[in-house]
Amino acid sequence: MGQKITIEPVTRVEGHGKVTIHLDNEGQVTQTRLHIVEFRGFERFVQGRPYWEAPVLVQRLCGICPVSHHLAAAKAMDVIVGAGTGDGLTPTGEKMRRLMHYGQMFQSHALHFFHLASPDLLFGIDADPKSRNVLALALENKDLAVQGVMMRKFGQEIIAATAGKKIHGTGAIPGGINKHLSQMDKEHFLNGKAPMNIDSMIEWSQAALEFFHHYHEHNVGIIDAFVEFPSSYLSLVRKDGALDLYHGVLRAKDQEGNIILHDIDYQNYLKYIDEEVRNWSYMKFPYLKELGNDAGWYTVGPLARMNNADFIDTPLAQHEFEKFKAYNKGKLSHKPMHAHWARLIEVLHAAEKMKELLNDPDLLSGELVVKGTRQHEGVGIIEAPRGTLFHHYKVDHQDQITLCNLIVSTTHNNQPMNEAVNQVARKLMTGKKEITEGMMNAVEVAIRAYDPCLSCATHALGQMPLELTLLQNGQVLHTRKNR
Amino acid sequence: MNQVVKFTIDGIECMAAQGQYIVDAAKENGIYIPTLCNYPGVKPKGSCRICTVKVNGRMMTACTTPVAENMQIENQDNEIIELRKAIIELLFIEGNHFCPACEKSGNCELQALAYRYTMMVPRFPYTFPQRAVDATNPKLIKDQNRCILCKRCIRAIQDEKGRSIFAYHKRSNKVEIGLDPKIGKGLTDELAQKSVDVCPVGALLIRGRGFEQPIGQRKYDKQAIGSDIENM
Repeated sequence: MGQKITIEPVTRVEGHGKVTIHLDNEGQVTQTRLHIVEFRGFERFVQGRPYWEAPVLVQRLCGICPVSHHLAAAKAMDVIVGAGTGDGLTPTGEKMRRLMHYGQMFQSHALHFFHLASPDLLFGIDADPKSRNVLALALENKDLAVQGVMMRKFGQEIIAATAGKKIHGTGAIPGGINKHLSQMDKEHFLNGKAPMNIDSMIEWSQAALEFFHHYHEHNVGIIDAFVEFPSSYLSLVRKDGALDLYHGVLRAKDQEGNIILHDIDYQNYLKYIDEEVRNWSYMKFPYLKELGNDAGWYTVGPLARMNNADFIDTPLAQHEFEKFKAYNKGKLSHKPMHAHWARLIEVLHAAEKMKELLNDPDLLSGELVVKGTRQHEGVGIIEAPRGTLFHHYKVDHQDQITLCNLIVSTTHNNQPMNEAVNQVARKLMTGKKEITEGMMNAVEVAIRAYDPCLSCATHALGQMPLELTLLQNGQVLHTRKNR
Repeated sequence: MNQVVKFTIDGIECMAAQGQYIVDAAKENGIYIPTLCNYPGVKPKGSCRICTVKVNGRMMTACTTPVAENMQIENQDNEIIELRKAIIELLFIEGNHFCPACEKSGNCELQALAYRYTMMVPRFPYTFPQRAVDATNPKLIKDQNRCILCKRCIRAIQDEKGRSIFAYHKRSNKVEIGLDPKIGKGLTDELAQKSVDVCPVGALLIRGRGFEQPIGQRKYDKQAIGSDIENM
């Protein structure tokens, strides 16, 4: 009799999903699927709203990285108000947005690494689930836990200083930003009492990388060999090939590392990317048209960014980037667990960037907004913590939105996450009739490496639970839920 | 000179000119009575009922009732507070008030009153009416989802010839406030801004402008509604 394993809910990820694993009579894994079972519908109900509401309205998709949606929508609206396609803002407008974005990247990555991922690393994939959480982390390694909390707090305070609130602010408006940074905030972030200042954050970012390197050295099997499969990669890069999280051109590399999307202007993304719908998930499957809907899937996020960028323009992060490249012998890393490494390099990069910006006088004064000839269609793309985020709008002559298309990071990573689940399930569950807690968490660890946000991905509502079902010949053999 | 009358509000002795409406007399004595449809300089209507107080034991609207000698007014009575809270809740459920994405959030009188009266969730079911956004005027956007039909715009906004720019149309529970298409086309920037300022909620918006005033600098970010009167 065949088996069906269900993991529901998937834990320590943002959103709600479940995994099903089908086994045949011989116990061979025949099919695995990551189902995203939420639905939201922002693309529909934003229609008819005035365009300037979009950056504030659409960010309500998510409470984890609303800044990414806020800024992606604002960038699309910059095009609508004639402020150019990403490089037409005033220095103050662009730099304030960048500071907001680096604060967001810093806090979101810190949340993921310290709160969601590190318990797996510190306690082991098959450790007692009671200890695989941030509270146990605090008891076991107080310094690491405190650093995680404080780094997140610092990033959130940067967001509040630029957007007005830690979550769901209103800083970015079409054509620019609505405020300057105050001198008091600047002083606080640069010279505040340690550890709540930018130098401490840079120091802690380096310490987090050291923690990772030490772990990697002693757990090569988990970081390198736990899961590995070839993938294409998509991300923004700056025009000169540097890592750029706020703005750039679209670059994609194939599995061999050949550039297949040559630094294109993202206003034309529809020429290169399409989305496929499958009947078992609310999440769509985007693909590169050039490679077709079967082979055209790709990975986005920190790993894709490290694989696609030529260099990083901040010295400490560049040093770590070189280590990353050297370790992978200058080739692409196809190891999803390396995303943790890439994420921590970006944490350091974001901290360095924040310091650079906090010392920039343009944040304290200067024109906030620029507008030009009104347009009726605009695309805004940003590198969100989880990967490339697309916002595409059409606006009519009465300033009302008529079309909204969102392709969020986790949607791009839909197929890669399914691949990762498939590989781990085949490796660990083949021939097994019962799923142990450790096996179930191993599937989740693979998903967790992508730091998915399932709510955003379906533009849906809810928490982040996952279910795993073991099926044999269509019959449910075993179901595990974490609620 | 107007004759001065003595009266009490919640037992506090007050004085005001005879004939003054209770809401204004209370304000002069540092006591806040909430209003929504009432607007300075415009003849009161008493239609929203949020200013209801007990006058000598009877419920009356404070914006349309003049003070008189020895009046005993109750403004903080539990029944009154509960009534006002119910009115606020009804206004929320009767429209589509999504504060998170509303330009008026932080400057909105309805939202500020909901905070003041600690509305957590309405006791009544949401009606989620199907309403449109009227974007035909070159200067203003009229979002019917947020309109509470207070008539402040109808009563306060006239063109240079004294003609009302806003008017009720449709009937019963379909009634809406709309802009006169002909007169509305000639709306000046100044009058458009005045219309937005007169509106207690986010039903009137200047076209192309939103969220330019940062969070933290909005009227009710700084102080709760009514506290300016109470802290005079």
